[in-house]
Parts: sequence; C-alpha cells; structure tokens
Amino acid sequence: MKSYHLDHLDFLETEAIHIMREVAAEFERPALLFSGGKDSICLLRLAEKAFRPSDIPIPFLNVATGHEFPELLEFRDRRAKELNGRLIVRTVDEALEKGIAFESPGQISRNQLQIPVLLAAIEEFRFDACIGGARRDEEKARAKERFFSFRDSFGQWDPKNQRPEIWNLYNGRLNPGENMRVFPLSNWTEMDVWEYIGREKLEVPSIYFSHQRRCVRRGGQWVPDTDLMPSKPNEEVRDLIVRVRTIGDIISTGCVESPASSVEDIIVEIAAARVTERGSRADDRVSDAAMEDRKKAGYF
Amino acid sequence: MTHASQKQPVDLLRFNTCGSVDDGKSTLIGRLLYDSKSLMEDQIEALERSADITGGGQVNLANLTDGLRAEREQGITIDVAYRYFATPHRKFIIADTPGHVQYTRNMVTGASTANLSIILIDARLGVIEQSRRHACIASLLRIPHLVVAINKMDLVGWSEERFLEIKNQFEEFLPRLDIKDVKFIPVSALEGDNIVTPSPHTPWYPGPPLLGHLESVHIASDWNLNNFRFPVQWVNRPNNPTDPALHDFRGLSGQIAGGVVNVGQKVMVLPAGFKSSVKQIWTLEGSVEKAFSPQSVTLVLEHDLDVSRGDFIVDAEDLPGASSDLTAKICWMNPRPLQPGRHYFLKHTTQTVKAIVSSIENKINITSLEKDEGITELGMNDLGEVRLKTSKPLIYDGYATNRLTGSFILIEPGTNATVAAGMLLPPAEVARPEYRDFAI
Repeated sequence: MKSYHLDHLDFLETEAIHIMREVAAEFERPALLFSGGKDSICLLRLAEKAFRPSDIPIPFLNVATGHEFPELLEFRDRRAKELNGRLIVRTVDEALEKGIAFESPGQISRNQLQIPVLLAAIEEFRFDACIGGARRDEEKARAKERFFSFRDSFGQWDPKNQRPEIWNLYNGRLNPGENMRVFPLSNWTEMDVWEYIGREKLEVPSIYFSHQRRCVRRGGQWVPDTDLMPSKPNEEVRDLIVRVRTIGDIISTGCVESPASSVEDIIVEIAAARVTERGSRADDRVSDAAMEDRKKAGYF
Repeated sequence: MTHASQKQPVDLLRFNTCGSVDDGKSTLIGRLLYDSKSLMEDQIEALERSADITGGGQVNLANLTDGLRAEREQGITIDVAYRYFATPHRKFIIADTPGHVQYTRNMVTGASTANLSIILIDARLGVIEQSRRHACIASLLRIPHLVVAINKMDLVGWSEERFLEIKNQFEEFLPRLDIKDVKFIPVSALEGDNIVTPSPHTPWYPGPPLLGHLESVHIASDWNLNNFRFPVQWVNRPNNPTDPALHDFRGLSGQIAGGVVNVGQKVMVLPAGFKSSVKQIWTLEGSVEKAFSPQSVTLVLEHDLDVSRGDFIVDAEDLPGASSDLTAKICWMNPRPLQPGRHYFLKHTTQTVKAIVSSIENKINITSLEKDEGITELGMNDLGEVRLKTSKPLIYDGYATNRLTGSFILIEPGTNATVAAGMLLPPAEVARPEYRDFAI
C-alpha cells in the first residue's frame, strides 16, 4: 500500500491553493499584490496551480514607491507578461503629484507612503479582496494575522475585531466599501519560501543573489549608495559582495555580505542565519510596534 | 538539485498550547524555540531591550508570544498567535492560545487544525478545572494526540510519586474523552528539563523529552483517507484557449476533503445524482493517476455535466449523508447569545446556505462533558447541541468521520461576524439523488 502523505511544502501548497480558489469564487473583484519579490513570486506560482489551464482570473497590482531596484521592476514586468497576466501599477510619485499622498519631512523610507496609494487603487478599481504575500513568521504583529484579514471601509485593521478562522472555512462576506486582505502564505517561513522556489525552479530577481555593489553604512547596516540619497563625506562607503534578503525601498534595504549565488546557497545560508530577515529592514526598527501601527493604518 | 533540496522530506505537525502565563506556557514555548535554536539574535536582542524598558531588567519569555502593543501594555494575550519552528525531522506550527475570558473560542480556533494538543499542568496544583476544560475541548474537536506536560517538577523535588499521582488523576477522567493517544511527560520549562534533552533528574521516566515526542508522533493517519469526498470549489473552464486541446476542457477544481480518487473511478455528483467516472486528474505538473486528501486538484469527468461550486463529487459506492435537518455541537463565539429562531448563513465546505437554529437541545459542561438540558440560550464561549434547519439539504459526514465534511461555521447577517463553529453529528440517512432518472 502506497503511503498517502504530504511533506510540509505539499501541505503549505494545498492550503494556499485552497485559499486562492476561495478568493476567486467568493469575491467579485480581487487583486493579487505582485512586487517581484520572493514571496509574491510564490503567490504567482500558486495562482498558476490554482487556476490553470485557465487564465489567472485575478489582475496583479503593484504599489511602487519609485525607489525600487531597477532589476526588480524589469523582472516584475517580464514575469507578468510571461504569465499572460494583467499588471496594474500605481506609484507613490503619481500619488504625490495628485495630492493623494504627502511626504513627511525627514522621512527617508517611502513605505508609509504606499498606504494611501494602495487605498486609492482599491477605491479606483473597487477591489474587494487583495491577495498579499505576508507571512506570520515575519514579525510579531503578523503572528496574529488571519488568512482572511478584514478591513473596514477606511482600510484599517482592528486586531481586537478579527473573525475567528476555524478548520478551512473562511468567512469572506463584506458590506459595501469593506475590503479583505488575504494572505495564502500565512503559515510559510522564510525557509519554506526558498525551499519552494528551489523545488519549483522559480526565477527570482538577480539582486537576491551575490553581486558587487557600492554600499554606505547607515543605521548599523549596509544600504545601497544611490543618487536618491547620496553618501555624505563623513559616511563609510565600500564596494562589497552582497545580496538582499528582503526587498524594500532601495535606500533602506539592508545588503548582507554573502557569497550565495544560487537558491541552494541561500537555503544553506538561512539555515545558519542568526538574524531574522526583517532585521535588515530599517522601517521595522523604528519602534517595537512599528509594524502594528502601519497595519492598523492600512498597510499590506 | 544539490544536497540542500535532496534531504529527507520533512512533514508538518500542527499543535496547540493553552493556558495562562502562570502555568509556564509561554516559558515552555520560549524554551522550545530557544533550545531548538529557532530564535534569532535580533529576536533575543528585542527581548532584552523590552526587558530593560518594562521588565525591570528581567527577560520575560512571554514577550515572544504576546506580540501586540495593546497586549504588552495590559499584560494580556488577545488572540491566537502562531509560531513556527523546525528541526531536521519536522516543521512545527504552534497555535498559542491564552487562558482567560475568551478561552474557549480561541482554543476551538487553535484546536480545529491541530494534530496534537499540549496540556500543561502545574505539578504543585495537579489536575485543575482548566486542565479538564482543555482536555474536553481537545476531545470535542477530536484532536488525535494529547500530551500532558506535568510542569514545574523542580518545585516538587522531581518526585516520581507526585508525577504518578497526577497521571492517575488525569487517567480517571480519560474514559469520558475521545482521544486515542495520550502521553505524560515530566518537565521543567524554566530549567529546560525533558524539553529538548532528557533530564538527569528523572531516571524513572523512560520516555522521550517533549521535542523528541513531537518529532516522532505518528500523524500520517490523521486525515480521512477512506471516503472520497470532493466539494467543488471553482469551475475551471478556459476562455479562448490557445491550445486547441483545451477547447472543451471543463475542469472541477477543489481540495479533496476525504479519501483517495483514481482515474477511472465511478463517481456521483450530488445533490443531483449524476453518475460519471473520473477521466483525468489535472495538475500544473501534468495529469496524475491518483490523488488524496488534502491535495488540491482539478478533476475532469467523462461526461459534460452541469456542476457548480458547492456540489459534491463522491465515490458512487460510498455516499455521504444529506439532510436539511441537522444536529450539531456548536461553540458560540459572539457576545450576543444564540437564541432559537434566528436566521444565519451557514458555510459548509464550499457552499453557503441559509440556516435557522430551531432548538437548543443542551449545553455541554466543558469540565465534565455532562449535558445540561432545558437551556434557552447559549452565550459566548458556551458549547452545546443544537438542531438546525437549512434552506437546502447539506451533503455531509459526521464530524467524527471527517473533520472537513463534518464542520461548518455560522455567520450573522448584517454584521457578517463569524458567530459559531459547528460539528455535525452522524447523518441519519444517506444521500438520495434528486433526479434518479438522470443516472447515466
């Protein structure tokens, strides 16, 4: 008798496919947030598994800060085209021009500015569900996140008013103006994501692999030295062999010194890592509750 | 692929822990994460940083699990928090639930997907009401495996006599429960005894430490592999496919909720009763000969039938039950009590129907599993048996046979709140096809 047993990636995969199909079946205008980063790359593969041989019935939405790594944008556009998907891009720069978003003086990261842009895109296309690649292992406030995360008509998350999720039964009912954020990768860890990328032989942007880059030391980590925020004479600048572990704004994404040049190398590196991936994102280090505050305001 | 992806496949164990900080629950989880080297430097640093600010310099392992600011300020845990760790043998998902007011609701949520439940007992106090309540919920939710971790053994001088005394107290209670596998382990979460490595203080205990047990407990038979059940989730019909072979493709996508399906197998579509057979099991990697629960697949049937979301495809020789009069155990999860006569939406597998709770049969005492009758309402965190009437017959199995086809939630119209979790009692009669003459 053959053993009918799923390994951990098979289990995470079938759970995520189930959620993708629930979204396609129960919502009228869902969107899938696709940045070109490793988590959303997994989402696209799961969407293929959920919906092929049909077209993926959900458009891809990217809220771009305008401070992206160029390699990421090239990859994003190419991948969407390969999958014959519809890609919608809304940018922080456009939103600043239109007066939807406002820069706060001295604020380097444009992470915060993605919130009004995302909310405006939801309103423009009347999206009732946005599928995102967030994972519970990323951060403490995320550990309590639901698969179906209910947002009120202001896009806000109320951690005290979340719907209980029991078995595999998800309650997607909404009143007009309300919105659901859906996280099929909730139970995945950083390691699971890379193991899945390896197993499925998925292409990822080159910046995840080791490359040479001019970096500047800021806030205890190496960040890319770019024209957006050029290094000052008193700052330490070096040419390093680095890779990025998590992709945010180019000016605040920490580069880790690494020789990892393949997915297998990255898996070995993570297995030995002693710092969590968000440890390299300056936006989470502002305060202990930084993520909680952004989520309450409507962040992904 | 190189060695990193060629290693032995690892499986996934989901367990839940329940109790208050006083039981040492957070310490236990902190210990598992710390000793299995699943904590990172920045997490430990963050822990120490918050110790300097709020803890008077003392590191509090509870800060690892109590994630939200509101919780840290009030010193409470609001909800179910999920934690992840791995060893070379297994990956683990912990559903960590707090032990205060909303205990039952949160524990039911955390327990619904668990393979195993850990009950913590303070060795000084023995089996208390909360331990019994925890065991009863684990039994009602039919968690296959239970671990009774008798904690703070260091405070009772590592006494084997005390360990056996508590074990006996618990075992007296066991015949009332429906749990196949119970394991007792003497531990000290604070000192790390019998958590990851065997303790030198318990030469009288022959079993593995907690982590060793979690790594080896047999979970392969936790899914129903006997009765093929496939709730149709999404009809897969390509628009203008470029591949001519797909012009007539009509796939039925879903997650197998029970049993095994083979190409060529005779199946029935319910509620209509159409008979057909499985022509193809489609996956992105190509067609497969068989698939099993809980895989997500796309089935193609021999006949082009009118099948939509909410329909069931089942083994033609092994039919589930069907009825619009249901009896179920429910856990009420809303501050407004359940009163008979109210209308709700009932979501069961992939369909949502209207339902009315016609009567409350009894309330289950969750520290003894005794039933109190003559009840007029169920309040928040109450468990009880109810009768329901649905707007169309439900195709289902008893919860004891299949967790996925035997469970439902109730949704309150208007607020859209999820107000109850329900576990169906075994059906009184087997599904009868609506249109017998249509059998092909």
